[in-house]
Amino acid sequence: MHTPSTTTSPESGRQLLLHHFDDLEQQHLSSNLGMWFFLVSEVMFFSGLIAAYTVYRAWSPEAFHLASRHMDKWLGFFNTWVLLTSSLTMALAVRCSQVGDRRGIVRNLFLTLVFGTAFLGVKATEYRTEINHNLFPGKHFIVPGSPEDPHAHAAEGSHEGGEGHEGAAAHASDYERLREASTVDGKLDEEKFSRNKGHFQLMFVLYFFMTGVHAFHMIAGLALVALFIVLTQIKWFSGYGQTQIEVLGLYWHFVDVVWVFLYPLLYLIE
Amino acid sequence: MSASAPARHDGPPADYLSESTVKSWLLTVDHKRIGILYLISVTTFFFVGGVIAGLMRLELMTPRGDVLGSADTYNRMFTMHGVIMIFFFLVPAIPAVLGNFLLPIMIGARDLAFPKINLMSWYVYMIGGLMGVYILLHGGIDTGWTFYTPFSSMYSNTQVVTAALAVFITGFSSILTGLNFVVTVHTMRAPGMTWFRMPLFVWSHYATALIMVLGTPVLAISVVLVGLERFFGVGVFDPKLGGDPILFQHLFWFYSHPAVYIMVLPGFAVVSEIIPCFARRPIFGYRFVAFASVAIAIFGFLVWGHHMFVSGQSMYAGAVFSILSFLVAIPSAIKVFNWTATLYKGSIKFDTPMLYALGFMGLFTIGGLTGLMLASLAIDVHVHDTYFIVAHFHYIMVGGTVMAYLGGIHFWWPKMTGRMYSDLWGKLSALLVFVGFNLTFFPQFLLGYLGMPRRYFEYRPEFQVLNVMSTAGATVLAVGMVVPVIYLLLSLRGPKNAGPNPWNATGLEWQIESPPTTHNFHEPVLVTCEPYLYSPEEAEREYAHAQHDHVA
Amino acid sequence: MSELHQSSEAHEQSHHVIAVKTYVMIYWVLMALLLATVLASDMPLGGAHLLVAMTIALIKAILIVLFFMHVYYSAPLTWVTAVGSFLWVGLLLGFLLSDYFTRGWLHILGK
Repeated sequence: MHTPSTTTSPESGRQLLLHHFDDLEQQHLSSNLGMWFFLVSEVMFFSGLIAAYTVYRAWSPEAFHLASRHMDKWLGFFNTWVLLTSSLTMALAVRCSQVGDRRGIVRNLFLTLVFGTAFLGVKATEYRTEINHNLFPGKHFIVPGSPEDPHAHAAEGSHEGGEGHEGAAAHASDYERLREASTVDGKLDEEKFSRNKGHFQLMFVLYFFMTGVHAFHMIAGLALVALFIVLTQIKWFSGYGQTQIEVLGLYWHFVDVVWVFLYPLLYLIE
Repeated sequence: MSASAPARHDGPPADYLSESTVKSWLLTVDHKRIGILYLISVTTFFFVGGVIAGLMRLELMTPRGDVLGSADTYNRMFTMHGVIMIFFFLVPAIPAVLGNFLLPIMIGARDLAFPKINLMSWYVYMIGGLMGVYILLHGGIDTGWTFYTPFSSMYSNTQVVTAALAVFITGFSSILTGLNFVVTVHTMRAPGMTWFRMPLFVWSHYATALIMVLGTPVLAISVVLVGLERFFGVGVFDPKLGGDPILFQHLFWFYSHPAVYIMVLPGFAVVSEIIPCFARRPIFGYRFVAFASVAIAIFGFLVWGHHMFVSGQSMYAGAVFSILSFLVAIPSAIKVFNWTATLYKGSIKFDTPMLYALGFMGLFTIGGLTGLMLASLAIDVHVHDTYFIVAHFHYIMVGGTVMAYLGGIHFWWPKMTGRMYSDLWGKLSALLVFVGFNLTFFPQFLLGYLGMPRRYFEYRPEFQVLNVMSTAGATVLAVGMVVPVIYLLLSLRGPKNAGPNPWNATGLEWQIESPPTTHNFHEPVLVTCEPYLYSPEEAEREYAHAQHDHVA
Repeated sequence: MSELHQSSEAHEQSHHVIAVKTYVMIYWVLMALLLATVLASDMPLGGAHLLVAMTIALIKAILIVLFFMHVYYSAPLTWVTAVGSFLWVGLLLGFLLSDYFTRGWLHILGK
């Protein structure tokens, strides 16, 4: 059904018009707006998670702070840098498509691909460290320093010291500090303690889920970027794919914006 | 469907139904064909849900549980009834069938902005729907359609994960439809089709689409969280881990209250078209009705907490939600009053669609007014989780949406198929639906007020009379639902006798052939006037003329 | 047919080509803000940490949305869409928190 109503050679830089649109402006505007409204629904998707995060963090700030210390903020810093850079290259790729620089499109999309992959690589090593420390929620989850923790007796606070940015007061294990935070007038409030332990794990649930959903969006985006590199290379797009690349760019920047919020929310809790 | 070969000669272009291979249907990107695909699937689910409802009413004929065997089966029945009716029928019903078919034509476009995404939304819907069927065949679920935690996440041993996934997937179909509608209304209007020349059908669907885009993702995330909680044993709603089960209710109702407007706004859309046509008068207060749709879409997001008055939600938040809930009544009332004012001094003709539209107005008003009762904290605490609630939302959902759906199908059937149906049978079945509906659900108001709780398969013997009435009404209602299927399908065997405009209606869809051609319009559309330019004077003259002929 | 269409003006705007210099400048501002947010997390700000972090994140997001996503040069509708989505998140959070923060206010006997 989508027979183009005009055939143009890709070299001429003109774009094809689908049958149900009147002109290219209308077609471009529709695609652009369509992506925007898709992003609105994506924002609402993440907002459900942000809501859960807000409620539990307001409830147990101490547990969230302790859990956040297990995330390496400098790796997060690096990743944010990488992602912001990929956003720049993506923006430049969109610009190249607007001015009709095909080699520029390919170059910038390729850089985006490299940075995006680097982000996922770093994220994967972070996940591995956390899983090795029994911080993946579920039946293997152990609050560091708790009686079940195998590391607790072997090397007191060894992996915590390894993170380098702990003050001297931070030698107490998470377990002890959660216990401390649940003590009211020198008496341990069992209910509060169990809630604090729960929220400590909940932070990891939210961390893994939010960054996981974000990483899923990255993977989808990277697949599209790779596809677009090939399509631009073989001149599959009519024109220079202005509309398509611009829409992909919107998606990519959105994924970036999500990370801009996730980084301080997950890594930088004091 | 018509089996005539695609016209290759120089005659008028073939209508959209002329290709009849299976492939031409499954790979179509024509909004009209996708509308028909939705019509078939949505109606099928409606009857599946209806059969389950019938079984439940059968069970409730007697105070003792004797038909279904166990309370557990009954739990699964009412859950499946709710899940199927809401996610697979009510939400997609009018937008995906009539909206898909009519929205582009009404604004003078050749198709929706994204025809392929439109087809994709149907496939996504069908995947969700097939999972629904799978759940039904594999024991169903027993959480109620609301999936409340912690029961759904920790205790229920039924197909909760599959159901969560099915709802998640179906949600995407809804988002895609909404997205398509919003963009189409913004970018695809024909020259001259300004915002205030759009039919109210389009306004209402625009508002609906906004809710779909803004609300559905939150439902998606909340059911995913329930699924994860069950699957990995960790979750954000588990009280053992310090989670708050009420958070689920918040997220769930953030979508599911606006979803009520996803279901009923398209009903408003249909009624706003039918009433002026059969009263032969322009709609009263066009702009008020148009803005009321948008206002409902926005207010709808501010009131979700009124579903949670007894959940443990803070009393202060409850009070705020209660007050805001009253606000929603304002735009809804604007609509009802304006329809009524449109009828005033009109030359009313009681054709089948009009009967449904009038039924809608009455029943929706009852449903809306009882909604105000339920929005008051004190009354809600008293009747919460009783049949009063059940009756209230069935007055909105069945009395509103289903009536409008049937009215719309009857109104645009000649346009969709090119054929008229038997008017006598149409009126008869409209009457059956109206009577059957009231007999089914009015007793439930009384039952609820007397204190019969919902979601139980046994009840105290003193409630039996009203329950038997309700079951009897359900039988009448069922007949009223089946009859249209028969005569509408039978009409397909007849010749294409409808002509382009059987109701003498305004609107772009009535200026093209019935059934329309693939690209809807043969030449560029230019809109130069407002919608609903019906002339009461002309109707009066025609009436006098007909009387004169009759006497002579 | 194109002259009949209403939105050609919006199109002119949406195809505005932004200079490379602008993009790079925005990029460096983003970098500076990123550094600021990390450094701020180590500073003794008392209870203001969340506020500072979120303000910086919001500024970063706004810059990305305005320039990388071209909203600054786009039709009003795009503005409405972008602002609206933030507004709706606020709506969800606002009403949600109105419940959680007031739950303890009412003293219930025996609880």
